[in-house]
Amino acid sequence: MKTTQTPAPLPAESGAPLAKTDAPPGPPPKEKKEGTVLNVFSHGILVLWAIMVVMPLLWAVMTSFKDDRSIFSSPWSLPDTLHFDNWSRAWTEANMSDYFLNTVLVVGGSLIGTLVLGSMAAYVLARFDFPGNRFIYFLFIGGMSFPIMLALVPLFYVVNNMGLLNTIHGLILVYIAYSLPFTVFFLTAFFRTLPTSVAEAAFVDGASHSRTFFQIMLPMAKPGLVSVGIFNFLGQWNQYMLPTVLNTDPDKRVLTQGLVQLAVSQGYKGDWSGLFAGLVMAMLPVLAAYIVFQRQVVQGLTAGALK
Amino acid sequence: MQHGKYRFIVGFLALPLGLYALFVIWPFIQSIYYSFTDWTGLSPEFKMVGFDNYSRLLDDEIFWKSLQHSLLFALLLPVVTISLALFFAFMINVGGRKRRNGPVVSGVRGSSFYKIVYFFPQVLSIAIVALLFAFAYNPDSGAINSVLRGIGLDDVQPLWLGDPDLALWAVMGVLVWSTVGFFVVLFSAGMASIPAEMYEAALLDGAGRATTFFRITLPLLWDTVQSGWVYMGILALGAESFAVVQIMTTGPGGPDYSTTVMVLYVYQKAFRDGQAAYATTIGVALLVVTLAFAAVVMRLGRRERLEF
Repeated sequence: MKTTQTPAPLPAESGAPLAKTDAPPGPPPKEKKEGTVLNVFSHGILVLWAIMVVMPLLWAVMTSFKDDRSIFSSPWSLPDTLHFDNWSRAWTEANMSDYFLNTVLVVGGSLIGTLVLGSMAAYVLARFDFPGNRFIYFLFIGGMSFPIMLALVPLFYVVNNMGLLNTIHGLILVYIAYSLPFTVFFLTAFFRTLPTSVAEAAFVDGASHSRTFFQIMLPMAKPGLVSVGIFNFLGQWNQYMLPTVLNTDPDKRVLTQGLVQLAVSQGYKGDWSGLFAGLVMAMLPVLAAYIVFQRQVVQGLTAGALK
Repeated sequence: MQHGKYRFIVGFLALPLGLYALFVIWPFIQSIYYSFTDWTGLSPEFKMVGFDNYSRLLDDEIFWKSLQHSLLFALLLPVVTISLALFFAFMINVGGRKRRNGPVVSGVRGSSFYKIVYFFPQVLSIAIVALLFAFAYNPDSGAINSVLRGIGLDDVQPLWLGDPDLALWAVMGVLVWSTVGFFVVLFSAGMASIPAEMYEAALLDGAGRATTFFRITLPLLWDTVQSGWVYMGILALGAESFAVVQIMTTGPGGPDYSTTVMVLYVYQKAFRDGQAAYATTIGVALLVVTLAFAAVVMRLGRRERLEF
């Protein structure tokens, strides 16, 4: 990538680099100069922000290989030797392995449930006319703009009374319920764009409604399911507020929660290097997956907002 | 067949709708009801107290502080984040050097690289980002003050999260850092779909870059900007601000309540202080603020839709 190309030298008298709003209509030399100045300026700003984004992440990676003393004495120095023991300590002693497992279970279950239930509801709402259709649709959509914390106070007791507090399957059900608004919103719009003729043909050939859905419509909706699946995966993997309220058992903690608890308890134990190793451990898989599936991730996360 | 259709509709809707009603709709209704009771959350017994909780709200100094901070979050964060993102996106897509025989407007070189890097924070959990910055802000051993020392600013060593005047800004900075990239990518996609002839026409008429931005790019992008604005405001009132304030600040919400926000105050009243009914009252206030915010942005932002 060409980010480090040397900028062309600035003309000495470039007083106002950005805004030449009232530039006279196109005498070529002047326009060219403006273009160069603007180019240098925009590159400068863009590089600066890129550095501001990357540096904290690099700092975390670097720190995760240092010993506790040098973390405190010189935050930006390179590690003297690569302390891989930080990583193994975080994985075993600090229970990162358990947190990973819990997260995988919760997110795996909720992602499948969200996609199945969300596409079922969205399909019916997009394709069938029945009394109450609009009402149910807006009931789902409304969930996107309400502050979740308001519902969490009674929800804690609802979940508790059902015996689902501090259980993996309880958390899965709650994750699904709170992922439905966006999923239904997105997939309803998506199902509307699909052609009706194929489903009608299948129906005429004697396929039932549900068979038409599972064997014809779901495969056709795959691009939409991938987008909304990535959106939900990241949202559920990174979820912090729901587990903080509904999942107070130390053994059932998910990744984000576990790390925060670790940070609190390290205040007493002082294993900062282990904590940084845990942080990086939690960051890397998501970042790696993002870099590999970059196009799909960006599409998945921005698709809803562009509609 | 008509019969089969309705059975199918009911069969497909029952499970998702039931789950949604039980875990989302029902608690919402309940919490509005609870806000008129003296329920502690600890014992199942409670009685109706009318508007007592609401009048208590009016005299609660911490509530007013949290309201003030939440409003600041909802108004300032979207403005800063979206302005920065529009600026970056414009630079990436239109700020490029004019090449011989190339298009009139072009992106800078490496534009896709910038978009990839800027998006990094968006895929990380806000909880992880908050933890990372809590360390980076550490006055003695944190990365930020260390950089300041490194460039010779030994006297400028703010306490950041420990300074009541600075803590709120430090927290807001983290939210800006983590969300700008998303909007850069979002706006870039919007800008890429603006036809090049529009830019050509503007440049022929002698418009500079700034004019081009305010007269062409921004109006054509307005719908995206507006929905991004609402989206960011809702996040800044809800889950995101909860995570950063709860994880980063002392207390949490301190020092001296200088960073407390409504969503955190709801959580603390319900799950720390055993005042569930009062917590739902604060939550209802938060609901009102959120809906008012969305309504105001939608109304202020209403413009003629431009087709292109």
